[in-house]
Amino acid sequence: MTAAMLPAQATRHSTFIEAAGLHTYYGSSHVLHGVDFRVHRGETVALMGRNGMGKSTLLKSILGIVRPRQGRVVVDGIDVTGAETHAIIRRGIAYVPEGRGVFHNLTVAEHLRMAARPGPTGRLDWTYERVLETFPRLAERLDNLGNHLSGGEQQMLSIGRALMTNPELLILDEATEGLAPLIRREIWRVVRAVKETGIASVIVDKNVGVLLDLADRNVILVKGSVVYYGNDLTANSEVLKRHIGV
Amino acid sequence: MDFWFSLIQILNGVQYGLLLFLVASGLTLIFGIMGIINLAHGSFYMLGAYLAYWLAAKTGSLTMAVALSLPIAALVGYVIESLLVRTLYRRDHLDQVLLTYGLILIFNESQRMLWGSDVHGVQVPALLDWSIRLNETLSYPVYRLAVSGVCAVLAVGMWVVIQRTRFGMWVRAGASNREMVAALGIDVKLLFGVVFAAGAALAGLSGAIAAPMNSVYPGMGESVLIICFVVVVIGGVGSIKGAFLGALLIGLADTFGKVFVPDFASFTVYAVMAAVLLWKPRGLFA
Ligand SMILES: Nc1ncnc2c1ncn2[C@@H]1O[C@H](COP(=O)(O)OP(=O)(O)OP(=O)(O)O)[C@@H](O)[C@H]1O
Ligand SMILES: [Mg+2]
Repeated sequence: MTAAMLPAQATRHSTFIEAAGLHTYYGSSHVLHGVDFRVHRGETVALMGRNGMGKSTLLKSILGIVRPRQGRVVVDGIDVTGAETHAIIRRGIAYVPEGRGVFHNLTVAEHLRMAARPGPTGRLDWTYERVLETFPRLAERLDNLGNHLSGGEQQMLSIGRALMTNPELLILDEATEGLAPLIRREIWRVVRAVKETGIASVIVDKNVGVLLDLADRNVILVKGSVVYYGNDLTANSEVLKRHIGV
Repeated sequence: MDFWFSLIQILNGVQYGLLLFLVASGLTLIFGIMGIINLAHGSFYMLGAYLAYWLAAKTGSLTMAVALSLPIAALVGYVIESLLVRTLYRRDHLDQVLLTYGLILIFNESQRMLWGSDVHGVQVPALLDWSIRLNETLSYPVYRLAVSGVCAVLAVGMWVVIQRTRFGMWVRAGASNREMVAALGIDVKLLFGVVFAAGAALAGLSGAIAAPMNSVYPGMGESVLIICFVVVVIGGVGSIKGAFLGALLIGLADTFGKVFVPDFASFTVYAVMAAVLLWKPRGLFA
């Protein structure tokens, strides 16, 4: 079959994110030591590792929030190495950062409206109404400012805002940190629902059990290097014990 | 005090306050959102005033001159932001003050070379060059009312843009967490460039419409800059609402100061500022 005969969808790259040889520094401290990282379209990747191993730094390096000194990042077949964050994000990535990144001076409704846009392929699955159906608690808080929300509500807002951009890939960095068990369950319910719709995700979380259950692939970082990349981690209790401590 | 006389003072104070608001709103937004202390903001006011003077003489129409000075000030603002100010976002305030002070010098020297050091008057357009008779001795110039009207319309327009549009949401979000705005796929550099240009345009427009009331003279940018800093500090840095109230307060204080305590008129605005800061050290809406 020639390329011309392929339907439009099939010409999209099956590897959505391809990062190779990333070296990232904070000043003189060398944090990522040549990390390779890949996310396939629609795939759920759990990015694991103990505190301070470089998980958040890897995510930020891919998004151009911190600038790797070496290495390349390709998103959906386009080399975005050195590109600006907004341009990388516009290729179809939504980022829910550590600390949630809620705007203290915007209302819940404004958070959602400001982020709204069709995805890179024109997809508009996630509308204002759908996000509010997914997070009924946000619907009750539409006029509240970001800093008047509970931690759980802020987290839902951060995820809801991310979905409003109709991403191909959702990045969740510590999305359940510091939340009550009930709220966590709610967040995981939504993450599962998002996975069902075929959106890829990269999830960083302390809750190893849920990650093992949810992820199609696991990546473990130790001191800025990938020590495990695969999908048989559940069977690898030795690796888990050594690098994660469970 | 006589009713009509008081009314005139109130109208003057409000008119001055509204005009100050247009200049100060840009200053407070640029500082609150972009973290930039822009000493050259008053220079856009001066640029607008000189453009009004010069273009009104060239075209024979102040309306035309005002309409042209707005996009010119916006363009100059955008160019300055993208060539110079943009390099300062991550630098400390001293660097910003040095650069923008340097810009003042360049603006003032250019003004001297282009238009000379004389004071110039600008003719009120014929259509608005009349007064409303209040009683036997007092009347009120229509041009001042028109300036108040234009400023009020622009203030409402600004409120709508900032509070009701997505662009306004991005701008406010940028004040809260710039990195997160970029992480939502919004081009923050472009956004800031537009905000800076809009601030320059408003300052330029203010200078242009004030020109027939206040005349046009070297150093006018610095005097408005200082008063605008007072407004921004009273209102609370970064707050548009604060700038609005602060500007009205200063406009009225200045006007009534000149009436009641003419010997100390130049102190009244600072007395008001000191009083507000004693009550609310970070300004009204910090
Ligand atoms: N802005 C920064 N400046 C300097 N060093 C930093 C900065 N951010 C992170 N680091 C250091 O880089 C290393 C990796 O940090 P990173 O936040 O990427 O780890 P992490 O795996 O996300 O950890 P955590 O589970 O605590 O979130 C740590 O040693 C951390 O102290
Ligand atoms: Mg982290």
